[in-house]
Amino acid sequence: MKKAPLLLLLVLALAFCLPGCSQQEKKEETSSAPAPAESKAQEQAEDKGIKAGFIYVGPVGDAGWTYAHDQGRQEMEILSYVQPSTFIETVPEGAESARVINGLALKGHNLIFTTSFGYMDATIDVAKRNKDIVFMHCSGFKTADNVGTYFGRMYEPRYLSGIVAGKMTKKNIIGYVAAFPIPEVIRGINAFTLGVQSVNPQAEVKVVWTQTWFDPGVERDAADSLLDVGADVLTMHQDAPATMQAAEARGAYVIGYNSDMRSFAPNAFLTAPIWNWGSLYTKLAEEVHNGTWKSEQIWWGMKENLVELAAFSSAVPAEVQALVTEKGNAIKSGTLHPFAGPIKDQSGKIVIAAGQIAPDGDLLGMNYFVEGVQGTISK
Amino acid sequence: MFEILLDATVRAGTPILFATLGAIINERAGIINLGIEGLMLIGALAGFSGTYLSGSLFVGVIAAFCATFIAGSIHALITVQLRGNQIVSGLALTMFGVGVTALFGKSMVGLTIVGFKRVAIPGLSQLPFIGKAFFNQDLLIYFSFFLVFMIWFFLYRTRWGLGVRSVGENPAAADTCGFSVSKYRFLAVTVGSGFVGIGGAYLSLASTPMWIENMSAGRGWIAVALVIFAGWSSPRAMLGAYLFGGITAMQLRFQAMGTTISAHILQMLPYFFTILVLVISTHRLQKGASQQPEGLGLPYDREDRK
Repeated sequence: MKKAPLLLLLVLALAFCLPGCSQQEKKEETSSAPAPAESKAQEQAEDKGIKAGFIYVGPVGDAGWTYAHDQGRQEMEILSYVQPSTFIETVPEGAESARVINGLALKGHNLIFTTSFGYMDATIDVAKRNKDIVFMHCSGFKTADNVGTYFGRMYEPRYLSGIVAGKMTKKNIIGYVAAFPIPEVIRGINAFTLGVQSVNPQAEVKVVWTQTWFDPGVERDAADSLLDVGADVLTMHQDAPATMQAAEARGAYVIGYNSDMRSFAPNAFLTAPIWNWGSLYTKLAEEVHNGTWKSEQIWWGMKENLVELAAFSSAVPAEVQALVTEKGNAIKSGTLHPFAGPIKDQSGKIVIAAGQIAPDGDLLGMNYFVEGVQGTISK
Repeated sequence: MFEILLDATVRAGTPILFATLGAIINERAGIINLGIEGLMLIGALAGFSGTYLSGSLFVGVIAAFCATFIAGSIHALITVQLRGNQIVSGLALTMFGVGVTALFGKSMVGLTIVGFKRVAIPGLSQLPFIGKAFFNQDLLIYFSFFLVFMIWFFLYRTRWGLGVRSVGENPAAADTCGFSVSKYRFLAVTVGSGFVGIGGAYLSLASTPMWIENMSAGRGWIAVALVIFAGWSSPRAMLGAYLFGGITAMQLRFQAMGTTISAHILQMLPYFFTILVLVISTHRLQKGASQQPEGLGLPYDREDRK
């Protein structure tokens, strides 16, 4: 037992030493060249302040995911040293996006945000060739010296919205319109269901996959199919507000997502877990400007106000509002974690033991449904 | 359950049906139109803004028809008058539609209107099985039934329809017979585009009464494929559009009911049917029963006549 830490230390020391050595060598080899380049880059940054560029996966007018990012971008621009930023909408994910990201890099941007999972490899690729630019990639897991990642613990407000749904359902059937069976979406469904079950163990959450992030017609049809099987509260993980309209038209309740969408369902709307990218974007712009930025994997939650629950509608009774606010404060203070055991999966097997909290790594790779979800994850 | 499924099928299939009917009119006159996706978006935005500003759904539908009639006339000008490449012009029209609706639609995002409501037809809506699905729908769906019949009647039972078909099959012969090829083609493209626009308006006025950028989400391309599937015939377009709509509706409902059939298999079905129908229609083609208009895609110039 005593030898183990020593061995670990040795391995770690070696691991740090090797890349360290090679970097030093490189610096020595070309010591004359990079120095002026670096100072030039610094000068540029000081001269221009922050010039940020954003790559969006959807249109700014989607009223959802991209809209929320764009609100954050505008909030960041309030800072005096932030220049008017550039954004490019509806950029296809995958290798093609590298061209667009590179275009921003060439046009003198010194802070570039790539706001969808599918830009991960392209971001890393372009970053290799532009060492003096800071890249921030949303929802990915690959980093580099000049590439950081950021995302939010959306499962926290999802859990709270589940409590609302569990309290509001009368038929004990809740419908969930979901895009793709990937960990991010599954985590949201599980957190929501745990919230439901914490106040109403009889209620079950039915999941319908649409296999698309954005198709109002299909989303609406999926929501209708859930209403047809008796769901009286709906929620969704989609980019369009079609689910809201379906609930409004059939007199059910609905919980939104991404941004406050109550205008689409004035009577049906209860609340919505929403993104506040502005606080994070402002902080990152500050850090890059002050030169304190370093590559890290940011995963902020309700405590940092990156994610929150939108204001309740008048349909939510006061005692439910009070309960949810109390639970929200508990999450913020760290005394309540949605994924604290014991938690069973669909087959009844315990996946998170009593007294344990699922580590972040498990949450990021979540690929099972918890008890109370009715639906399948096709593998 | 069957009634609910059939009802959802008709609702999901209707926007595609309008778009396919519009495309059929285009192609019957010999003009390929790959701008359907863009036209649907223009129709959706025009329909929504028309309704929002006037408060009348009827005005919205007319606005959608007029806006896409005008947008379609760009395609007609390029392909008929200037004899340009139909594929390039159509693709450009799609990109134009996506861009122009994003630009002018900004102020319409997040606004709400009251969409089309269901109107039951007394008597017919009580029919078992099909009554609810076909006769308890909104007015635009009834209009689509009427349009399917009218297009068939127009093409096969009127002199003008004969003109449209002949300029599509053999423009030189039609020209000899005294049909003005450019007039027929121009009107076929613009009026056809107008019906595509109503399909777009169905999305923003009936299925999801709102405007969001890119809300047609690829339905225009399904319509382009369905024209071939339907063999350029309006009743078969109806069948094809409902087949596509029905399979989407079915796989979502199977999931909601908690069946164990893999969602992947269900989602594969529409494309499986496309391949199947293409195989069957190609087989018939080899027997000499071609349904594709002979002059499709070819610009006509009287001077070049051989």
